[in-house]
Amino acid sequence: MSGNPIEVAVRVQGLSKNFGTVQAVRNVNFSVSPGDIFGLVGPDGAGKTTIMRMLAGVLSPDAGSIAVDGVDVSANPEQAKLRLSYMPQRFGLYEDLTVAENIFFYGELFSVPRTERIARSKELLEAAGLQAFRRRLAGQLSGGMKQKLGLICALIHTPQVLLLDEPTTGVDPVSRRDFWAILYDLRERGVAIVLSTAYMDEAERCTRLALLHTGEIRLCDTPARIKEAMPGTLLAISSAHPRFLREIIAGKPGVLGTLLMGDRIHVRVDDPARRIPELQILLADQGVGIADIVRAEPGIEDVFVALLGQGNKS
Amino acid sequence: MTMVEPAIIIQGLTKRFQDFTAVDHLDLTINQGEIVGFIGPNGAGKSTTIRMLCGLLQPTEGQAFVAGFNVGRQPEAVREHIGYMSQKFSLYGDLTVRENLRFFGGLYRVPRHDRGERMAFAIAMAGLAGREDVLVRTLASGWKQRLALGCAILHRPPVLFLDEPTSGVEPEARRQFWDLIHELAAGGVTTLVSTHYMDEAEYCNRVALINRGKLVAIGSPSELRGHQLGGELFEMDCAPLGAALKVLTDVPGVEEAAIFGDKLHIVLSAGGITAGDLPGFLGARGIHADPPRRVTPSLEDVFVHLVSGSHETRGAF
Repeated sequence: MSGNPIEVAVRVQGLSKNFGTVQAVRNVNFSVSPGDIFGLVGPDGAGKTTIMRMLAGVLSPDAGSIAVDGVDVSANPEQAKLRLSYMPQRFGLYEDLTVAENIFFYGELFSVPRTERIARSKELLEAAGLQAFRRRLAGQLSGGMKQKLGLICALIHTPQVLLLDEPTTGVDPVSRRDFWAILYDLRERGVAIVLSTAYMDEAERCTRLALLHTGEIRLCDTPARIKEAMPGTLLAISSAHPRFLREIIAGKPGVLGTLLMGDRIHVRVDDPARRIPELQILLADQGVGIADIVRAEPGIEDVFVALLGQGNKS
Repeated sequence: MTMVEPAIIIQGLTKRFQDFTAVDHLDLTINQGEIVGFIGPNGAGKSTTIRMLCGLLQPTEGQAFVAGFNVGRQPEAVREHIGYMSQKFSLYGDLTVRENLRFFGGLYRVPRHDRGERMAFAIAMAGLAGREDVLVRTLASGWKQRLALGCAILHRPPVLFLDEPTSGVEPEARRQFWDLIHELAAGGVTTLVSTHYMDEAEYCNRVALINRGKLVAIGSPSELRGHQLGGELFEMDCAPLGAALKVLTDVPGVEEAAIFGDKLHIVLSAGGITAGDLPGFLGARGIHADPPRRVTPSLEDVFVHLVSGSHETRGAF
């Protein structure tokens, strides 16, 4: 146990960054506590990677400050780097080195003592299911395996703060689920994790989220409270002809939005108690018959669209 | 009504690379105007199948017909009747919108007299009117992706292959994209979407799950969600999650346990521990747990269930 337990692992205040005339990051504020998995969520171009790179100390902000474990990243980058581990989108694996050699290299880079390095490497390789691939060249691994090796290398030292930039891009759902099990394990050991993702379904696994849009944080809270912030209630109606259903329903009174899916539609309404019977009657009148209308659990994407959509849908 | 020929017929399709069978006697029929999702773990054989269907790779065994052409014997005719689009690498950033369209129009040999009309259609579809002379790299991701779709369908292909088409695109734009695909489908265009993202699969009429080169399941998203998981699925709030997961792995009756967001997803089979017993069982081991609630499986739950049973090299992540 070293020192006092910290309450805030990452504190970001008034962070801004411009590239020419593009305001990539605008006055971003957030803090991350040990044991948080903080998600920076948004589409490509929202500013996720720019924020990550500033947190990692590889890009200087134009304004604002970042403290990692109380250390100012701009003033003391070397001190800050000892406390964090950063896995960029394209992690710098040496393709002509083996899996084991890559891990060894990163262990040396972070000055991890030999015995600790060996123990940690064994533990992580087992968790990743990569033991059998220790002698394979990194360049010959599949995309998912490369991502796992990147994470092992980033975790070969035990950081207080772990920064992961879109860590699961291209990784299949089975591996992704297991990848998250590792993150939850680190969380329970008190590591503060900041990760970015463009995938709204993945965002739901974070303990806290910031919804990023054009460089700004639009909403920052737990996934559950973000879902509560969605205006209206989401309903699902199954149909073999969802497109036809939507044509009938879109734009009707109390219908705030519709979404066409493969075998059903989602309808966001203002007042479900009133609108469900109205929709039943409407659909029956149109010859659809008795439709099964059920409440659907909104996803983060539904909230994103409800809050930020330009209302340019019918 | 006249008989409509299926857009894609796959019969016993097999591809071997030396002693490795990437695609193993795959059978699948896709009707005209269907949107079918193709999901499966890394290395399951999805890309190999798609490369064969696009006429880029010769099957070792079996056959497939795309838009009526045999992929092994008439690969060029197949390529003329398909459109292909992936989120990455499809457009030239240093060319304008119009230049990209002109380039792809030439590549796909769109007849000259038809080109103007097709380009106008693509521009209108992508919502790019007034931006024809803008450099593509300066466009927002949603526009880029609709333009890429416009380029892929300039030659009016009856069959469209999409590879993770909406990853990283703004949510609103992404929904507009899927509306376009559904509109094309209503006009008879058949779409095969390969993806790792279950939310993309939800936009498909049917979803085919392949693992180790074989078709493991196929059905509408709702049908797949109704799939037997080997028990009933419960969701439970508990802390610490990691410790709960470890404890539950070896308990009789617990078929599967996985962290799902800030909760656990647990599949319980009959005859073992019951949902009602779980909080007490975990409580005795120092883990706080709320009473579990029954939930409907997500597509991801089904995917993981169907795939993980046969994953030999699988570790804890």
